Amino acid sequence: MAEQTAKRPVSVPLMADLAARGESPEILFWVGCAGAFDDRYKRVTRAFVRILEHVGVSYAVLGMEESCTGDPAKRAGNEFLFQMQAMTNIATLNGYGIKKVVTACPHCFNTIKNEYPALGGEFEVIHHSTFLQQLINEGKVTAKGGESFKGRRITFHDSCYLGRANNIYEAPREVLEVLDADLLEMKRCKTNGLCCGAGGAQMWKEPEPGKKDVNVERAEEALATLDGDADVLLNLQGVESTAPVLPAGSNRGGSVIAVACPFCMTMMADGVKNKEREQDVQVFDLAELIASAEGLNA
Amino acid sequence: MHFSIQNILFLLVAVAGFGLFAWQARKIRANILVGRDRDMSGHVNERLWKTLLVAFGQQKMFKRLTPAFLHLIVYIGFIVINIEVIEIMVDGLFGTHRFLQFLGPLYSALTGTNEVLGALVVLAVVAFWWRRNVGVVRRFTGPELRAWPKLDANVILYVEVILMVALFTMNAADLKLHQLEGKALPGAFPISSLLTGLFPDNLTALAVLERVGWWAHIVGILCFLNYLPSSKHFHIIMAFPNVFYSRLVPQGQFSNVDSITHEVKAMMDPSYQVPAPATNPDGSAAAPTPFGAKDVDDLAWTNLLNAYSCTECGRCTSVCPANLTGKLLSPRKIIMDTRDRVEEKYNSPLIFHPSLYGPEAKHNPQEQLDKENHTLLRGYVTPEELWACTTCNACVEACPVNINPLESIIEMRRFLVLEESAAPNSLNVMFSNIENNGAPWAFSPSDRFNWADDLFVTEKTPVTA
Repeated sequence: MAEQTAKRPVSVPLMADLAARGESPEILFWVGCAGAFDDRYKRVTRAFVRILEHVGVSYAVLGMEESCTGDPAKRAGNEFLFQMQAMTNIATLNGYGIKKVVTACPHCFNTIKNEYPALGGEFEVIHHSTFLQQLINEGKVTAKGGESFKGRRITFHDSCYLGRANNIYEAPREVLEVLDADLLEMKRCKTNGLCCGAGGAQMWKEPEPGKKDVNVERAEEALATLDGDADVLLNLQGVESTAPVLPAGSNRGGSVIAVACPFCMTMMADGVKNKEREQDVQVFDLAELIASAEGLNA
Repeated sequence: MHFSIQNILFLLVAVAGFGLFAWQARKIRANILVGRDRDMSGHVNERLWKTLLVAFGQQKMFKRLTPAFLHLIVYIGFIVINIEVIEIMVDGLFGTHRFLQFLGPLYSALTGTNEVLGALVVLAVVAFWWRRNVGVVRRFTGPELRAWPKLDANVILYVEVILMVALFTMNAADLKLHQLEGKALPGAFPISSLLTGLFPDNLTALAVLERVGWWAHIVGILCFLNYLPSSKHFHIIMAFPNVFYSRLVPQGQFSNVDSITHEVKAMMDPSYQVPAPATNPDGSAAAPTPFGAKDVDDLAWTNLLNAYSCTECGRCTSVCPANLTGKLLSPRKIIMDTRDRVEEKYNSPLIFHPSLYGPEAKHNPQEQLDKENHTLLRGYVTPEELWACTTCNACVEACPVNINPLESIIEMRRFLVLEESAAPNSLNVMFSNIENNGAPWAFSPSDRFNWADDLFVTEKTPVTA
């Protein structure tokens, strides 16, 4: 069946407006601070909204009523500030009668899902990787009609707060499978995944003195996995690569490090830059890859 | 049955051995209970299931196959050979000889299995010794594994070999004695039958050797039992309660401090009734508990149970992103520090005394240590270690007995931030950004919705011919 495409402006629905009209959305999209302010992650937020618009799900965002979940304060030991933030947000969400929250940030996800209930905030909380997986399973997203990832190498970097913290390992991988790309696993993946170095409020401080930055160690592993660089992998992980070697200057250009967390995004992109590979390896969030494969970017 | 002075002697030795252990166990129990209360009741089925899988079943050991198999041999050897200890106890008390022989073919199966396992244990212990001392495994190095812990690890291996040698001496001498007397010894002895050639042909000497082996085995076990509370080998007991009381909530879920919840609720709603503060049994107001942990008694009792369950294998440290990249943080050291500190401040076991091995011994560099006040925070664990943690839970995931170093790290961070306002300056900036802007960065809250400006989507509509 032929398709006609058109560029359509999106007016992102605000929860306050819906409430004023007496409507309640199916999901509340919790954007998070990185999704709202970080220039790189704003593109992920926009990609995810394009997917929401494309599948026609009823959603809303809090806009300026949203505030930090308190995650970085809590991990840094400032429990008081965390609870102030938590109770303010819970009051906002409960005020609107929100039942279901979807977010693209594993830290927001973990905090709202696990730590808000004891403070009076009981919601169904879904990370966008699980949400995208559901859309794919329902056939609402097919990853066709846009950019092709066929044959390109992609490796997924597990976010600690999605993986070990909440046991979500398969959803992001099933999302990537729909791209028909060449998926490669790093040795340190899933339960053994190596942190990007940003968690526990490290994102906002300089690292302690050491030999290396964590994100560089992780970027080296991701790049060597994508390149099939057996020597580097042997040194980093004690295993040899099973992927054919991509020599420098060949078709390395299409390789992607896939992430599902704003802080992993920053750390991995910085790590790739540190290894001077930003020309041929890109770091993308799941939502960006899907929106691009589905041809939703306008 | 030949009741003799030996049996009375054995009774005395056994009572002394178990009595001494009970006395030490009480001290350790008291140490663990100095920790703060935490309600770990309920979910008994889930906890038993977890204990069955992780403690009895060694599930998490199998993340690394080589040590898992070696450990499995020693573990099964320990369990099966201890069935024979029951026999030794009965024989020793009542003057019987190989009391379990009434089991018939089952006794042959038991003794045969014991012998094979005993030999495998010796081989596994040699492999362990090699891995630990010839330096093929990086996690057996590190500043916290000097002096006592290094000695302790080897002592355990030597004792295990001595126990096995005693077992084989007893069996082989007994076997040869019976062979020379033309009698059949009940049981099967596949290994000892290979060793009889090494033993003398003198009947008296064989009888003495059998007794020496028997006594060395049981006295060795009783001594080892009393060595456990001073050793990382205590994990053979503590792993079970530790796994039983492990956290059942998602690893990403950190505790919410209840006293802070009351304060915040009172701030947001002036009509909120804060519960009355705790009182001492005599009715006077109890001293307020600090936020977070400065010393071991500020941690929960489960954190102290963790410390007694640690076998210092270093799997936590070997996967810690901070440690891997050369930072000072080592989750294993935090757990070892906790145990050393609780024994310095409260009860110490029989052999190990913390003064043998103070906080300085395993901290490098030492400049940041508070050498006058040996509190857990600053006296043992420095803020630099704590601030290097990414809270990634890799250490928690890696621990074969479900120890949670992250909880202790967060409790100490809480003390630094809430009691001492001693966070790194960049984190204080982040805190004030959250307070003022509702975001950890210095952006204006009014710009929070700007991401939605000029947003377009490609709309696809099917074209019907």
